[in-house]
Amino acid sequence: MHFTINGTKYDADPDIRTSLLDLLREHLGLTGSKKGCDHGQCGACTVLVNGRRINSCLTLAVMHQDDEITTIEGIGTPDNLAPLQSAFVRHDGFQCGYCTPGQICSATGMLDEAKKGWPSHVSESLDGDIALSDEEIRERMSGNLCRCSAYPNIVDAIREIAGEDA
Amino acid sequence: MADQELPTRERISVLDRAVQRVLGQPIDRTDGPAKVTGDARYAFEMAAKDALYGHILTVQIGAGTIRSIDATAARTAPGVVAVLIDDDRLPADAVNSFDKPKSWRLGREIEFFGQGFGVVVATSAEAARAAAALVKVDYAPRTGRFDPDLSKPEEHEPEGLRPAVHTGDFDAAFDGAAYRYDAVFTTPIHFPAAMEPQATLARWEDDRLILHSSLQSTGGATKAIARALDIKADRIRVIAPFVGGGFGGKTSVGAEAIYAAIAAKETGHPVKIVQTRRQTAHLAHHRAPTRQRVRIATDAEGHIRAFGHNSVIAQRHDRWFIEPVHIGTTHLYAGAARSMGVDVVRANHPTSGAVRSPGEACGTLAIEVAMDEAAEALGLDPIEFRRRNEPGASPVDGKPFGTRKLVECYDEGARRFGWDRRNPVPASVREGDWLIGTGMAAAIRSNITVEARANITLHPDGSALVETDMTDIGTGTYTILMQVVAEALGLSPDKVRVAIGDSTLPRSAGSGGSFGASSSSSAAALACQDIARTLAARMGVDAGDMTLQEGHAIAANRRVPLTELLAGEAVRADGHAKPGDHTNAHVSASYGAHFAEVAVSATTGEVRVRRMTGVFDIGRVLNEKTARSQILGGMIWGIGSVLHEDGMIDARTGQFTNPDFGEYHIATHADSPPIDIHFIEAVDDLANEAGAKGVGELGNSGAGAAVANAIYNATGIRIHDYPITLDKLIDALPED
Repeated sequence: MHFTINGTKYDADPDIRTSLLDLLREHLGLTGSKKGCDHGQCGACTVLVNGRRINSCLTLAVMHQDDEITTIEGIGTPDNLAPLQSAFVRHDGFQCGYCTPGQICSATGMLDEAKKGWPSHVSESLDGDIALSDEEIRERMSGNLCRCSAYPNIVDAIREIAGEDA
Repeated sequence: MADQELPTRERISVLDRAVQRVLGQPIDRTDGPAKVTGDARYAFEMAAKDALYGHILTVQIGAGTIRSIDATAARTAPGVVAVLIDDDRLPADAVNSFDKPKSWRLGREIEFFGQGFGVVVATSAEAARAAAALVKVDYAPRTGRFDPDLSKPEEHEPEGLRPAVHTGDFDAAFDGAAYRYDAVFTTPIHFPAAMEPQATLARWEDDRLILHSSLQSTGGATKAIARALDIKADRIRVIAPFVGGGFGGKTSVGAEAIYAAIAAKETGHPVKIVQTRRQTAHLAHHRAPTRQRVRIATDAEGHIRAFGHNSVIAQRHDRWFIEPVHIGTTHLYAGAARSMGVDVVRANHPTSGAVRSPGEACGTLAIEVAMDEAAEALGLDPIEFRRRNEPGASPVDGKPFGTRKLVECYDEGARRFGWDRRNPVPASVREGDWLIGTGMAAAIRSNITVEARANITLHPDGSALVETDMTDIGTGTYTILMQVVAEALGLSPDKVRVAIGDSTLPRSAGSGGSFGASSSSSAAALACQDIARTLAARMGVDAGDMTLQEGHAIAANRRVPLTELLAGEAVRADGHAKPGDHTNAHVSASYGAHFAEVAVSATTGEVRVRRMTGVFDIGRVLNEKTARSQILGGMIWGIGSVLHEDGMIDARTGQFTNPDFGEYHIATHADSPPIDIHFIEAVDDLANEAGAKGVGELGNSGAGAAVANAIYNATGIRIHDYPITLDKLIDALPED
């Protein structure tokens, strides 16, 4: 099978039981996506599939031959950080770092959802533009757990980037 | 070698004289770029050619024996290389260096649900997992004690981490007092729940074992691994450059590490094993459930005469660790008569052990609420009540305190939070459907000095390398060790490289008990002091007359580049810090004060924490940014433990009913309010060479109690059975 990940084509022959997460981590050496629960409960495995954020532990690799997949490795590199990644570093939006790739992929997808006007549970209205208040960011990021609880610093980092985009 | 017992009054701290202005600064984590890009590799992610995957087999009853195991189908399943069972070394759960091996070598005896008894090794994780489901076990069950009655203790104050405290005639002081408070609190099981589950990649090079494992210590872990495998510790190397959180749960060596080591030997391949999230609940330890009786007796003016904090906890058979519930209470408030200790009930539960802030995390949920209730009964503001009972020296034995800025923390916290605007009458502030309340609590965390070593090499090019087997579990070790060395040797941050997370490096304390940063920083500072002496000798001056700054030595009106002084040769020094006489001659702790504002739904009882303020005394602040983050995480942990966290065991089977994040709720983004954090910095000369005290476990000590007290102020309801979930509030909510 062929997979397109971060713009690169990969050949792989995964077991039909292999999750997208395990394809990335165990077959392709893309270990930036993390396995925290393997149950879709923690968000550490969040990647972007065709621009939308998903828990890669809850989807099978064989379902994604024709998809454009973006992982943390495709967002930036240590020598060339994406703006959101440097904001995480500046605001200390992590401690142990294990949930961090998922938080960043999730935030990337979330910023796009907000730009498209998708409402959340705390949105005032189902229509119109979304102003990313702290409450909106917290609500929309609550699928990504962080036991170190860097949450307020993560919100600071996302708010800074959301402000630049606006 | 700079070998010093800490602290000595004669010490000359190289850090006190330093002028580089790196230490304490809010410098970004040096490992940040690796972590935000996925470049940082954790244990399971290390590359190993032809690695096999293991899946741990666990028992599915809570007490009894294994009558027989049929692994025939599993052995012939696709991809399976080996099924290992009936090896006496295969541990039931985590192993450590303080329990007897018989406590984890249970063979076919079943002490608790989910204990490990074997491992399936296959060419893929999917194959191993599928084959594990084919292993058939015939059990002979017996009646287990799954729902222990904590009101009926069996072992009275066994030896544990913290001795019982009995001073004065408690009963006489209590019975004769003008005011008496006597109440019982219960706290549930808490999981450490690090985001990275316990994981190991094991491989053998001849008779040498190499483990990439998610552990809080590396060198320290080799001892436990050696005992579990019956081999010598010097044949074991543990590597852990990145660890995805610990919170106490990785102080012991995960069962998977031992399974992987045995499987790798048997198969001749590297073997990778990660505990499933649900396995971690049973195979890694949890914080014990507690029942705490708190008694406070005062005179008419609110001066405490007697303080009782007597607890009962549950632990499984043969395990030594006893949750030290009164560890913070011991020295927190005045009161000549003291009765504090922990009794034990044995249960067929998975092992209980040290989870973030052992003792204080659960203990403050009781005593800091008790103090709030006593203050109200006495007609005192809770801060005034605490101020009246601030001891000038240890209330146990009169030993002096190290730095103790607790009263200053109350005052500064009150000012920042706006405590003077508080309405002390419960259930009197309302905003629409929400009842609003505020509360406060003290924070305390014992500070421990532990033996630690660090080597420092100053290279001819003027760059430095610091080496120690410490770990960085999110605590900021990479960054603060860089800062200590840059400060002490007068180097810019980019000139210092930190090598940690490998048991072949000089032995440190590892991460745990909030002693990692201060102990390893002290060792590094001592090594720097040695290097400074060497450089001073080359300058022909005393070290005390020389300043190191920006890669230059400055003395006697000369400013000489280090590269010139080094003259092409590296200078190397070993620092060795260890507790000394002074350590036991005083009482050392970190302190703080928490303030919380909550909104409680008048309809549903839902609690929302709206804001918090915390002010802390942690001695020297090594990095203002990472220290703040640790406190922040601790305070939010406190929110989770007072409102959500509740590990539940099925009383019929002994199985955790909520062993994953779907049912065991930790705080999320949406639970985390804006938090104002401030440090009152006071270098603690008595604590250690670095003058720093523990940070990582201070933030969650008392944070939950501040929220509980705010809930009372909002609603007039006291809940002593944690967590405070809405079902416990809803029937007692005030009418409109």
